[in-house]
Amino acid sequence: MERPVQYNNKVKFAGIPEGYMGEGFMATNFEKVVSLARKNSIWPLPFATSCCGIEFMATMASHYDLARFGSERVGFSPRQCDLLMVMGTIAKKMGPVLKQVYVQMAEPRWVIAVGACASSGGIFDTYSVLQGIDQVIPVDVYVPGCPPRPEAILDGFMKIQELVHAEGLRRRNSDRYKDLMESYGIQ
Amino acid sequence: MSLTNETIQQKLTEKFGDVLTGWQEPYGMLTFTAPKDYNLKVLQFLFDDETLAFRFLTDLQAVHYPDDKGAELAVVYHLHNLVDNVRIRFKVFTDINTPEVFSATALYQGANWMERETYDFYGVQFVGHPNLIRVLNVDEMDYFPMRKEFPLEDQTRIDKDDEMFGRG
Repeated sequence: MERPVQYNNKVKFAGIPEGYMGEGFMATNFEKVVSLARKNSIWPLPFATSCCGIEFMATMASHYDLARFGSERVGFSPRQCDLLMVMGTIAKKMGPVLKQVYVQMAEPRWVIAVGACASSGGIFDTYSVLQGIDQVIPVDVYVPGCPPRPEAILDGFMKIQELVHAEGLRRRNSDRYKDLMESYGIQ
Repeated sequence: MSLTNETIQQKLTEKFGDVLTGWQEPYGMLTFTAPKDYNLKVLQFLFDDETLAFRFLTDLQAVHYPDDKGAELAVVYHLHNLVDNVRIRFKVFTDINTPEVFSATALYQGANWMERETYDFYGVQFVGHPNLIRVLNVDEMDYFPMRKEFPLEDQTRIDKDDEMFGRG
Protein backbone atom coordinates (compact mmCIF):
# COMPACT_ATOMS: atom_id res chain seq x y z
CA MET A 1 0.00 0.00 0.00
CA GLU A 2 1.49 3.33 -1.05
CA ARG A 3 1.29 5.96 1.65
CA PRO A 4 1.58 9.68 0.88
CA VAL A 5 4.50 10.20 3.29
CA GLN A 6 6.91 7.45 4.21
CA TYR A 7 9.42 7.79 7.02
CA ASN A 8 12.12 5.38 8.01
CA ASN A 9 11.83 3.39 4.85
CA LYS A 10 15.49 2.40 5.02
CA VAL A 11 15.22 0.37 8.21
CA LYS A 12 17.65 -2.52 8.19
CA PHE A 13 17.06 -5.61 10.24
CA ALA A 14 19.75 -7.82 11.63
CA GLY A 15 20.16 -10.75 9.27
CA ILE A 16 18.72 -14.10 10.21
CA PRO A 17 21.47 -16.58 11.07
CA GLU A 18 21.67 -19.56 8.81
CA GLY A 19 19.82 -22.59 10.01
CA TYR A 20 17.11 -25.02 9.23
CA MET A 21 13.69 -23.48 8.92
CA GLY A 22 10.29 -24.98 8.54
CA GLU A 23 6.74 -23.97 9.25
CA GLY A 24 6.61 -22.53 12.78
CA PHE A 25 10.15 -23.42 13.82
CA MET A 26 13.77 -22.64 13.16
CA ALA A 27 16.82 -24.59 14.22
CA THR A 28 20.18 -22.91 14.30
CA ASN A 29 23.44 -22.71 16.11
CA PHE A 30 23.15 -21.46 19.70
CA GLU A 31 26.43 -19.56 19.35
CA LYS A 32 25.09 -17.63 16.38
CA VAL A 33 21.95 -16.59 18.21
CA VAL A 34 23.89 -15.47 21.25
CA SER A 35 26.43 -13.48 19.26
CA LEU A 36 23.63 -11.85 17.26
CA ALA A 37 21.91 -10.80 20.45
CA ARG A 38 25.09 -9.56 22.06
CA LYS A 39 26.15 -7.66 18.98
CA ASN A 40 22.95 -5.67 18.79
CA SER A 41 22.54 -4.88 22.47
CA ILE A 42 25.92 -3.67 23.62
CA TRP A 43 25.75 -1.55 26.75
CA PRO A 44 28.57 0.98 26.67
CA LEU A 45 30.24 2.38 29.77
CA PRO A 46 31.66 5.80 28.90
CA PHE A 47 34.93 6.57 30.71
CA ALA A 48 35.26 10.12 29.44
CA THR A 49 38.03 12.34 30.77
CA SER A 50 38.44 15.09 28.19
CA CYS A 51 37.64 16.38 24.70
CA CYS A 52 37.01 12.94 23.16
CA GLY A 53 34.28 12.62 25.77
CA ILE A 54 32.61 15.71 24.31
CA GLU A 55 32.70 14.06 20.89
CA PHE A 56 31.14 11.00 22.43
CA MET A 57 28.33 13.12 23.84
CA ALA A 58 27.62 14.25 20.28
CA THR A 59 27.82 10.63 19.12
CA MET A 60 25.36 9.60 21.78
CA ALA A 61 22.90 12.42 21.10
CA SER A 62 20.13 12.54 18.54
CA HIS A 63 22.06 13.64 15.46
CA TYR A 64 24.54 10.76 15.33
CA ASP A 65 22.48 8.54 17.61
CA LEU A 66 24.49 5.66 18.94
CA ALA A 67 21.17 4.03 19.82
CA ARG A 68 20.79 3.01 16.17
CA PHE A 69 23.38 0.33 16.85
CA GLY A 70 21.52 -1.21 19.74
CA SER A 71 23.22 0.88 22.39
CA GLU A 72 20.31 2.94 23.59
CA ARG A 73 21.22 2.17 27.15
CA VAL A 74 24.48 3.84 28.19
CA GLY A 75 25.25 2.40 31.57
CA PHE A 76 27.19 4.08 34.34
CA SER A 77 27.91 1.01 36.39
CA PRO A 78 30.71 -1.26 35.23
CA ARG A 79 28.83 -4.27 36.55
CA GLN A 80 26.07 -3.89 33.98
CA CYS A 81 28.10 -2.95 30.92
CA ASP A 82 29.73 -4.86 28.09
CA LEU A 83 31.87 -2.22 26.45
CA LEU A 84 34.29 0.11 28.21
CA MET A 85 34.75 3.23 26.08
CA VAL A 86 37.86 5.08 27.23
CA MET A 87 37.82 8.59 25.84
CA GLY A 88 40.48 11.09 26.75
CA THR A 89 43.83 11.48 28.44
CA ILE A 90 44.49 8.95 31.17
CA ALA A 91 47.04 10.20 33.68
CA LYS A 92 49.29 7.63 35.30
CA LYS A 93 47.53 8.29 38.57
CA MET A 94 44.25 7.27 36.97
CA GLY A 95 45.67 4.02 35.56
CA PRO A 96 44.77 1.91 38.64
CA VAL A 97 41.27 3.44 38.69
CA LEU A 98 40.72 2.47 35.06
CA LYS A 99 41.95 -1.03 35.77
CA GLN A 100 39.60 -1.28 38.74
CA VAL A 101 36.66 -0.29 36.54
CA TYR A 102 37.68 -2.91 33.98
CA VAL A 103 38.03 -5.61 36.61
CA GLN A 104 34.55 -4.83 37.94
CA MET A 105 32.98 -5.51 34.54
CA ALA A 106 31.53 -8.96 33.97
CA GLU A 107 32.72 -11.19 31.12
CA PRO A 108 32.36 -10.92 28.19
CA ARG A 109 33.73 -7.39 28.11
CA TRP A 110 35.26 -5.29 25.39
CA VAL A 111 37.34 -2.13 25.42
CA ILE A 112 37.57 0.65 22.87
CA ALA A 113 40.27 3.34 23.11
CA VAL A 114 38.88 6.50 21.57
CA GLY A 115 41.32 9.18 20.47
CA ALA A 116 45.07 9.63 20.37
CA CYS A 117 45.50 10.04 24.12
CA ALA A 118 43.75 6.84 25.13
CA SER A 119 45.47 4.96 22.31
CA SER A 120 49.06 6.18 22.71
CA GLY A 121 49.26 9.14 25.06
CA GLY A 122 48.86 11.45 22.09
CA ILE A 123 50.53 14.82 22.37
CA PHE A 124 51.07 14.27 26.08
CA ASP A 125 54.46 12.61 25.86
CA THR A 126 55.18 13.45 29.47
CA TYR A 127 56.07 11.85 32.77
CA SER A 128 52.56 12.13 34.18
CA VAL A 129 50.47 10.63 31.36
CA LEU A 130 49.89 6.96 30.63
CA GLN A 131 51.27 6.28 27.15
CA GLY A 132 48.24 4.34 25.93
CA ILE A 133 45.71 2.51 28.06
CA ASP A 134 46.91 -0.83 26.67
CA GLN A 135 49.66 -0.59 29.26
CA VAL A 136 46.99 -1.24 31.89
CA ILE A 137 44.10 -3.12 30.24
CA PRO A 138 43.70 -5.04 26.96
CA VAL A 139 42.13 -3.00 24.15
CA ASP A 140 39.99 -4.36 21.30
CA VAL A 141 39.62 -1.37 19.00
CA TYR A 142 41.61 1.85 18.70
CA VAL A 143 39.97 4.94 17.20
CA PRO A 144 42.51 7.48 15.90
CA GLY A 145 41.89 11.22 15.89
CA CYS A 146 42.42 14.20 18.15
CA PRO A 147 39.56 14.19 18.84
CA PRO A 148 37.93 11.74 16.39
CA ARG A 149 34.77 12.77 14.61
CA PRO A 150 31.56 11.11 15.80
CA GLU A 151 31.59 9.14 12.54
CA ALA A 152 34.99 7.72 13.53
CA ILE A 153 33.67 6.73 16.94
CA LEU A 154 30.70 5.05 15.26
CA ASP A 155 33.09 3.27 12.91
CA GLY A 156 35.07 2.02 15.89
CA PHE A 157 31.85 0.95 17.54
CA MET A 158 30.86 -1.02 14.44
CA LYS A 159 34.26 -2.71 14.49
CA ILE A 160 33.47 -3.75 18.06
CA GLN A 161 30.15 -5.11 16.82
CA GLU A 162 31.99 -7.18 14.23
CA LEU A 163 34.28 -8.54 16.94
CA VAL A 164 31.33 -9.38 19.18
CA HIS A 165 29.57 -11.06 16.29
CA ALA A 166 32.57 -13.17 15.35
CA GLU A 167 33.52 -14.14 18.88
CA GLY A 168 32.87 -17.73 19.83
CA LEU A 169 31.08 -18.61 23.05
CA ARG A 170 34.10 -20.36 24.52
CA ARG A 171 36.75 -17.79 23.64
CA ARG A 172 36.89 -16.36 27.14
CA ASN A 173 37.60 -19.82 28.52
CA SER A 174 40.58 -20.42 26.23
CA ASP A 175 44.12 -20.61 27.53
CA ARG A 176 45.16 -17.84 25.19
CA TYR A 177 42.65 -15.46 26.71
CA LYS A 178 43.70 -16.47 30.20
CA ASP A 179 47.33 -15.80 29.28
CA LEU A 180 46.33 -12.37 28.02
CA MET A 181 44.60 -11.54 31.30
CA GLU A 182 47.56 -12.98 33.17
CA SER A 183 49.91 -10.65 31.28
CA TYR A 184 47.93 -7.70 32.60
CA GLY A 185 47.87 -9.14 36.08
CA ILE A 186 44.09 -9.54 36.13
CA GLN A 187 42.55 -12.53 38.02
CA MET B 1 48.02 56.07 54.11
CA SER B 2 48.76 53.14 51.92
CA LEU B 3 51.67 50.82 52.39
CA THR B 4 54.61 51.52 50.06
CA ASN B 5 57.51 49.30 49.05
CA GLU B 6 59.91 51.74 50.74
CA THR B 7 58.10 51.37 54.07
CA ILE B 8 58.18 47.58 53.83
CA GLN B 9 61.88 47.53 52.95
CA GLN B 10 62.69 49.98 55.73
CA LYS B 11 60.79 48.00 58.36
CA LEU B 12 62.38 44.73 57.30
CA THR B 13 65.88 46.23 57.28
CA GLU B 14 65.31 47.70 60.74
CA LYS B 15 64.36 44.29 62.06
CA PHE B 16 66.77 41.99 60.19
CA GLY B 17 69.63 44.26 59.07
CA ASP B 18 71.91 42.96 56.34
CA VAL B 19 70.50 39.44 56.43
CA LEU B 20 67.99 40.26 53.71
CA THR B 21 69.52 40.77 50.29
CA GLY B 22 68.65 40.97 46.61
CA TRP B 23 66.14 43.81 46.86
CA GLN B 24 64.35 44.29 43.55
CA GLU B 25 61.10 45.72 42.29
CA PRO B 26 60.28 43.94 39.02
CA TYR B 27 56.98 45.34 37.70
CA GLY B 28 56.60 47.24 40.98
CA MET B 29 56.51 44.11 43.13
CA LEU B 30 58.96 44.14 46.01
CA THR B 31 61.19 41.06 45.92
CA PHE B 32 63.94 40.02 48.30
CA THR B 33 66.00 37.06 49.45
CA ALA B 34 66.75 35.67 52.89
CA PRO B 35 68.97 32.84 54.15
CA LYS B 36 66.90 29.70 54.41
CA ASP B 37 67.14 29.53 58.22
CA TYR B 38 65.41 32.89 58.40
CA ASN B 39 62.35 32.06 56.33
CA LEU B 40 59.98 31.48 59.26
CA LYS B 41 61.29 34.49 61.21
CA VAL B 42 60.71 36.77 58.22
CA LEU B 43 57.28 35.29 57.51
CA GLN B 44 56.28 35.61 61.17
CA PHE B 45 57.43 39.24 61.30
CA LEU B 46 55.57 40.07 58.09
CA PHE B 47 52.48 38.39 59.53
CA ASP B 48 52.55 39.90 63.03
CA ASP B 49 53.57 43.48 62.31
CA GLU B 50 50.55 45.78 62.51
CA THR B 51 51.47 47.92 59.51
CA LEU B 52 52.85 45.16 57.31
CA ALA B 53 50.18 42.53 58.04
CA PHE B 54 50.98 40.13 55.21
CA ARG B 55 48.44 37.57 56.36
CA PHE B 56 47.63 35.78 53.13
CA LEU B 57 49.95 33.32 51.43
CA THR B 58 48.98 33.60 47.77
CA ASP B 59 51.40 31.03 46.45
CA LEU B 60 54.42 28.99 47.34
CA GLN B 61 56.61 27.19 44.88
CA ALA B 62 60.16 26.25 43.97
CA VAL B 63 62.50 26.98 41.07
CA HIS B 64 65.47 24.90 40.02
CA TYR B 65 68.63 26.75 38.89
CA PRO B 66 71.02 23.89 38.08
CA ASP B 67 73.95 26.23 37.33
CA ASP B 68 73.97 28.00 40.72
CA LYS B 69 76.09 25.56 42.67
CA GLY B 70 75.17 25.47 46.34
CA ALA B 71 71.92 27.40 45.80
CA GLU B 72 70.18 25.29 43.17
CA LEU B 73 66.69 25.35 44.63
CA ALA B 74 64.76 28.54 45.31
CA VAL B 75 61.59 28.44 47.40
CA VAL B 76 59.41 31.44 46.61
CA TYR B 77 56.66 32.83 48.83
CA HIS B 78 54.08 35.21 47.43
CA LEU B 79 52.45 37.22 50.21
CA HIS B 80 49.48 39.53 50.13
CA ASN B 81 48.43 42.29 52.49
CA LEU B 82 44.67 42.20 52.10
CA VAL B 83 44.04 45.51 53.89
CA ASP B 84 46.26 47.71 51.73
CA ASN B 85 46.20 45.34 48.74
CA VAL B 86 49.99 45.07 48.51
CA ARG B 87 51.86 42.02 47.31
CA ILE B 88 55.49 41.01 47.91
CA ARG B 89 57.68 38.14 46.83
CA PHE B 90 60.17 36.49 49.14
CA LYS B 91 62.77 33.88 48.22
CA VAL B 92 65.07 31.51 50.04
CA PHE B 93 67.76 29.48 48.31
CA THR B 94 68.99 26.06 49.31
CA ASP B 95 71.57 23.52 48.25
CA ILE B 96 69.99 20.69 46.27
CA ASN B 97 71.89 18.12 48.35
CA THR B 98 70.38 19.41 51.59
CA PRO B 99 66.95 20.64 50.50
CA GLU B 100 65.58 21.11 54.02
CA VAL B 101 63.51 24.25 54.51
CA PHE B 102 61.30 25.03 57.48
CA SER B 103 57.61 24.50 56.84
CA ALA B 104 55.24 27.47 56.92
CA THR B 105 52.23 25.32 57.81
CA ALA B 106 52.16 26.51 61.41
CA LEU B 107 51.70 30.07 60.18
CA TYR B 108 49.57 29.50 57.08
CA GLN B 109 47.26 26.47 56.88
CA GLY B 110 47.16 27.04 53.13
CA ALA B 111 50.84 26.19 52.89
CA ASN B 112 50.06 22.52 53.54
CA TRP B 113 49.15 21.42 50.01
CA MET B 114 51.42 23.98 48.38
CA GLU B 115 54.39 22.53 50.22
CA ARG B 116 53.31 19.01 49.32
CA GLU B 117 53.17 20.05 45.68
CA THR B 118 56.59 21.70 45.91
CA TYR B 119 57.98 18.55 47.52
CA ASP B 120 56.29 16.45 44.84
CA PHE B 121 57.88 18.27 41.92
CA TYR B 122 61.17 19.61 43.31
CA GLY B 123 61.94 17.45 46.33
CA VAL B 124 62.15 20.29 48.84
CA GLN B 125 62.00 18.71 52.30
CA PHE B 126 59.80 20.95 54.43
CA VAL B 127 60.86 20.42 58.03
CA GLY B 128 57.86 20.33 60.35
CA HIS B 129 55.26 19.62 57.68
CA PRO B 130 52.53 17.37 59.14
CA ASN B 131 52.08 15.14 56.07
CA LEU B 132 54.81 15.58 53.48
CA ILE B 133 53.77 13.10 50.78
CA ARG B 134 53.17 13.43 47.06
CA VAL B 135 49.94 15.18 46.14
CA LEU B 136 49.70 15.16 42.33
CA ASN B 137 52.04 12.50 40.99
CA VAL B 138 51.75 8.74 41.43
CA ASP B 139 53.04 7.49 44.74
CA GLU B 140 55.46 5.09 43.07
CA MET B 141 57.33 7.92 41.33
CA ASP B 142 60.96 7.81 42.47
CA TYR B 143 62.19 11.20 41.25
CA PHE B 144 61.20 14.86 41.26
CA PRO B 145 60.08 15.55 37.70
CA MET B 146 60.42 19.34 37.55
CA ARG B 147 64.13 19.28 38.33
CA LYS B 148 65.98 20.19 35.18
CA GLU B 149 67.99 16.99 34.85
CA PHE B 150 64.84 15.00 34.09
CA PRO B 151 63.49 15.23 30.53
CA LEU B 152 59.84 16.09 30.09
CA GLU B 153 59.09 13.09 27.90
CA ASP B 154 57.95 9.81 29.33
CA GLN B 155 61.04 7.60 29.47
CA THR B 156 59.19 4.30 29.36
CA ARG B 157 58.21 4.65 25.70
CA ILE B 158 60.13 2.72 23.10
CA ASP B 159 57.98 3.34 20.03
CA LYS B 160 58.74 7.01 19.46
CA ASP B 161 61.42 7.64 16.87
CA ASP B 162 63.53 10.58 18.05
CA GLU B 163 64.45 11.58 14.49
CA MET B 164 60.83 12.31 13.70
CA PHE B 165 60.73 14.78 16.57
CA GLY B 166 63.86 16.67 15.51
CA ARG B 167 66.05 15.41 18.34
CA GLY B 168 67.74 12.38 16.80
